[in-house]
Amino acid sequence: MSSKGKRKPRIAVFKFASCDGCQLSLLDAEDELLGVAEAVEIAHFPEATRSVLKGPYDIGLVEGSITTHQDAQRIQDVRRQCKTLVTIGACATAGGIQALRNWKDVDEFVRLVYATPQFISTLKLSTPIAEHVPVDFELRGCPINKYHLIELIAATLAGRKPNIPSYSVCLECKRKANVCIAVARGTSCLGPVTQAGCGALCPSYDRGCYGCYGPMETPNTASLANQFHILGQSDGQITRAFRGFNAWSWQFRKASEEYERK
Amino acid sequence: MSAQKSRTIRVDTLARVEGEGALYIKMAGERVTDVKLKIFEPPRLFEAFLRGRHFSEAPDITARICGICPVAYQMSAVHAIERALGVRIDPAVRLLRRLFYCGEWIESHVLHVYMLHAPDFLGFQDVIAMAKDHRSVVERALRLKKIGNRIVSLLGGREIHPISAAVGGFYKVPTKYQLRELVEDLQWALEASVATARWTATLEFPDFEQDYEFVALRHPDEYPFNEGRLVSNRGLDIDAAEYEDHFVEQQVKHSNALHSVVRGRGSYLVGPMARFNLNFDKLPEAAQRVAREVNLTIPVRNPFRSIIVRAIELVFACAEALRIIQEYEPPAVPRVEVPNRAGVGQAITEAPRGILYHRYALDEKGLIVTAKIVPPTSQNQKRIEDDLREYAPRLVAWPLDEATWKCEQAIRNYDPCISCATHFLRLRVERAQPDGA
Repeated sequence: MSSKGKRKPRIAVFKFASCDGCQLSLLDAEDELLGVAEAVEIAHFPEATRSVLKGPYDIGLVEGSITTHQDAQRIQDVRRQCKTLVTIGACATAGGIQALRNWKDVDEFVRLVYATPQFISTLKLSTPIAEHVPVDFELRGCPINKYHLIELIAATLAGRKPNIPSYSVCLECKRKANVCIAVARGTSCLGPVTQAGCGALCPSYDRGCYGCYGPMETPNTASLANQFHILGQSDGQITRAFRGFNAWSWQFRKASEEYERK
Repeated sequence: MSAQKSRTIRVDTLARVEGEGALYIKMAGERVTDVKLKIFEPPRLFEAFLRGRHFSEAPDITARICGICPVAYQMSAVHAIERALGVRIDPAVRLLRRLFYCGEWIESHVLHVYMLHAPDFLGFQDVIAMAKDHRSVVERALRLKKIGNRIVSLLGGREIHPISAAVGGFYKVPTKYQLRELVEDLQWALEASVATARWTATLEFPDFEQDYEFVALRHPDEYPFNEGRLVSNRGLDIDAAEYEDHFVEQQVKHSNALHSVVRGRGSYLVGPMARFNLNFDKLPEAAQRVAREVNLTIPVRNPFRSIIVRAIELVFACAEALRIIQEYEPPAVPRVEVPNRAGVGQAITEAPRGILYHRYALDEKGLIVTAKIVPPTSQNQKRIEDDLREYAPRLVAWPLDEATWKCEQAIRNYDPCISCATHFLRLRVERAQPDGA
């Protein structure tokens, strides 16, 4: 509470199954970090601070997917404490890479990694936050773009919609004047069906997009998969292409399952 | 002072570590009866879902184990797979990989030294609070961190989960000009790292030394990143391929991470202190000079002083990055062709927190049959518990909240990455204590 009256908005960061990379984006915003810390009160952010202020919070940033019974309960409590709840990253918005278990026998997976599987408690599915509680905004990416995060915080504080693109990576390539690697070199590239946000990073580094930001608004996955087929990709390769960091998003899921059945 | 009664110190979320965990210490008087470093982080089962994926996907997938040290995962993955397939990389690629690692060590060590660890020494809850009293120090940290991230971004496209590392090389390599653009920043960073070392040396350190088995890579010509034999101060001297003969992972009930021990001996320490103690002679003169100046002599056995060691490694990483940039000539091709074939390969590289072991078995289509990953924090986990077992009794007379904070600090000495080790720390210290304390 500031002595001048209006209290600073409180931000809280919560982690579920994830790599910590998306919340690290906030600490990686080296030029903005101290400014953000002046504009808001960082009320709960265990990766960065020991101090914990009790909720309710104005903005809750949720990283990670739900993979355990305890976490399925904890997210309910997190939702109750947050006025605006934003998921950050592919794990929280689409289940993450750990959603690859969703097509397998998770008990078998646990046995492969742990000698005494009965000590491990995990759910059969890795699921996005929105499957459990209402989410106000989803920030895509594996990892998220730190400038999107700053924009999102600024927009939420100003009470407006964040300005974050929903078009495909192709537009970013065009804007950078990249030669299309799919057309010119026959490289398999998920750019046409993937939401922008990375700045067309992979094509700029001479490799095909592998879908970090998940499906764009209206992805034609069937057409792209067919193109991959023409380029000589096997059904197995096509299945794997859609089964990456956003595998459990329904659009990519549908695409991978179609090719898996072939 | 009358009868001892039991009391419990609890911190439900251990802060300023990467990932989620807890600590439980039970004491009867000055005797520690139980120490458990609990890792609550839900398992993500990487080794299982890597099966059936193509080897070329391993550096991208394993990077996602850890948002703080993705480069380490990419490096151990590409080296293990290259060994499985008998691939020889271009010497220029080798140099670039070292430079890539310099970037990650800089960003990761600066994050830990200034933002996660230093607040403990100075009595702040976090770096934001520390910035109010130490603005210029924090600004130096942020600028230094940004330079580390800049190196990773230049070579890898972005700082978190970079996209350019590939089996056989990189998807795209930088030009000489692009690297030279880093020089001015790095010259500043080198001086800032020296200042960091001097600054960390002014902190107060508890008098606490342990007799550790230090384990790190050792290379005949250089301070280790990607190559070398795995050695220890107790006679270990092995190739990565022999790792599993000498180290075993044990599953313990209280943790979702596996504990690693040296077969027949027990806990060991990996990370900056181990590297420094075993490779001091391979540090560049600039780093050795600063170490001597701040009175850091080998073997360093006080884990709280690891903050100074990290700063010395910052000096090294900046000097090494500058050397590489001077020497760099781009490779003929960014990456060599790697055919699909069956094979088994192991590699160990030095993540910021210590050695990271990967093993892959591939089939003739280049698909992964089995994968094994042993991250540094799971190797240090048992050693952290051992430190606490020795350290906690010294805090018996301390007020509860201060003792708890000190135990947290002792854990943070290791810069634990719990996401890596699977992987949340909830701190709970339970002890009997004299009445009235």
